[in-house]
Amino acid sequence: MTTSPSHIRSIIFALAILIAMPAMPVLAQQLGPDGAPNPTASVVPEQKLLQQSPRIEGRIDIPSERARVLMQPAGRQWDHFHEITLHWVGAIVILGMIALLGAAYLIIGRLRISKGRCGHKVLRFSSFERFSHWLTAASFVVLGLTGLNITFGKIVLLPIFGPEAFSSMSEAAKYVHNYVSAAFVIGLVLIVALWIKDNLPRKADIDWIKQGGGFIKSKHAPSGRFNAGEKLVFWFALGAGAAVIISGCLLIFPFYVTDIAGMQIAQVVHAVIAVLFIAVIIAHIYIGTLGMEGAFEAMATGEVDLNWAKEHHDLWLEEQLAKERLAARSGQSSAVPAE
Amino acid sequence: MARVKFLCDADRCIECNACVTACKNEHEVPWGINRRRVVTINDGKPGERSVSMACMHCTDAPCAAVCPVSCFYTTADGVVLHSKDLCIGCGYCFYACPFGAPQYPKVGNFGSRGKMDKCTYCAGGPEADSTPAEYAKYGANRLAQGKLPICAEMCSTKSLLAGDGAIIAEIYKERVMKRGYGSGAWGWTTAYHEGIAV
Repeated sequence: MTTSPSHIRSIIFALAILIAMPAMPVLAQQLGPDGAPNPTASVVPEQKLLQQSPRIEGRIDIPSERARVLMQPAGRQWDHFHEITLHWVGAIVILGMIALLGAAYLIIGRLRISKGRCGHKVLRFSSFERFSHWLTAASFVVLGLTGLNITFGKIVLLPIFGPEAFSSMSEAAKYVHNYVSAAFVIGLVLIVALWIKDNLPRKADIDWIKQGGGFIKSKHAPSGRFNAGEKLVFWFALGAGAAVIISGCLLIFPFYVTDIAGMQIAQVVHAVIAVLFIAVIIAHIYIGTLGMEGAFEAMATGEVDLNWAKEHHDLWLEEQLAKERLAARSGQSSAVPAE
Repeated sequence: MARVKFLCDADRCIECNACVTACKNEHEVPWGINRRRVVTINDGKPGERSVSMACMHCTDAPCAAVCPVSCFYTTADGVVLHSKDLCIGCGYCFYACPFGAPQYPKVGNFGSRGKMDKCTYCAGGPEADSTPAEYAKYGANRLAQGKLPICAEMCSTKSLLAGDGAIIAEIYKERVMKRGYGSGAWGWTTAYHEGIAV
């Protein structure tokens, strides 16, 4: 039996079709039994397109990438995040932290200076350091409140103020949020530049944690300029701050860098990190004011009581006093240099 | 009252963009705002389809849910409308909308989008029906005059259907049965939680 070349060619062709079949685009023109194009078979149904990709995009005459997207069902998922997940996570994290601190206050109470005040003051933060802190702090509070208004305002404030007043307030809050963010960026950059050196981990941090971080009165927790707890707040503020700044930039310049999915992700990151940030900062405010005697004055006047410094930042105090002695010996000035 | 919906029979749409033009003309919408648009899928390939898309007036509208100032409301006919007096231009409705319907008059840096504008199903807004104040903000209120949206009314191939959701679904079903094919009611599953079984 002989096989003609045309036979071989057709067999190869059939094989090629079989191999290529799975790789063929779903859109290939399909023919009906009469050989005419079959419009039903050729068209790709919506559900199939959505299985292939989260969005259906096409060509459009409007010169806009956004308009090209015909459908993005992910909008409904983002809606679910924003209205269900975020409300619950936000409320639990923030109210949970307040409840936790309330319990801490009731159980542990205000941490007093064990030996009382001695009256001698040591400079802990220079005026520029305090300026940087308060710039960041004030802008953070404004950003936190105006941000929470976008998520929780309609539940908490709308019933009180009514739609018109609440809308006017929210629109103002939106602009305040967008512009005050610049102050926060500057503040955070200054804080990081000023304090990163003193926040690098060191051996004493492990001891500090082992000794109960100053919460156990019978034990002494050694610490340099910043203790391990403060260092954690510093590094958290740096990481979370960077995350909210980057995601915030994407939101403030919508669709410049990213598409609709990117905008949704940016909002999710911004909201989740911000809620955690607010909870951590509430704890930071508590320990710096109500939670500990003698702590707030470090950021208010910049000077702390010597006994407070001995109790909470002994290693740092030693360094400061050594510097003071050195300065006195060299006959320069008796004033303690402001670090 | 009926639950009104839009349905674009993509097998009939010829991408003439007359619905887009009619909408712009009827409501005198500003330059750059497209309450309705036509997107062509698989352009130039077998199975190419064009779909005319605007606000679908969703069931459980996500735009209304995410609005931080709750400026949306749904009429008895199921039309999703909003108040431009209350809108703060935050842009969230655009992130939530599965159909890219919300439009903003300005670019939007630092939150300066301006008041959101979208398809009203030719049903105006919260102002008194067919008043100049309503027209200036939301365009014509054809529904108040007993007319259907202009885009569907003048569609040359009757691809775009507007009206009682049950009736237009029935019309679409009949068409599919008769001609033997149909690519489906685009967006219905996402917008109304139900497609049209043929």
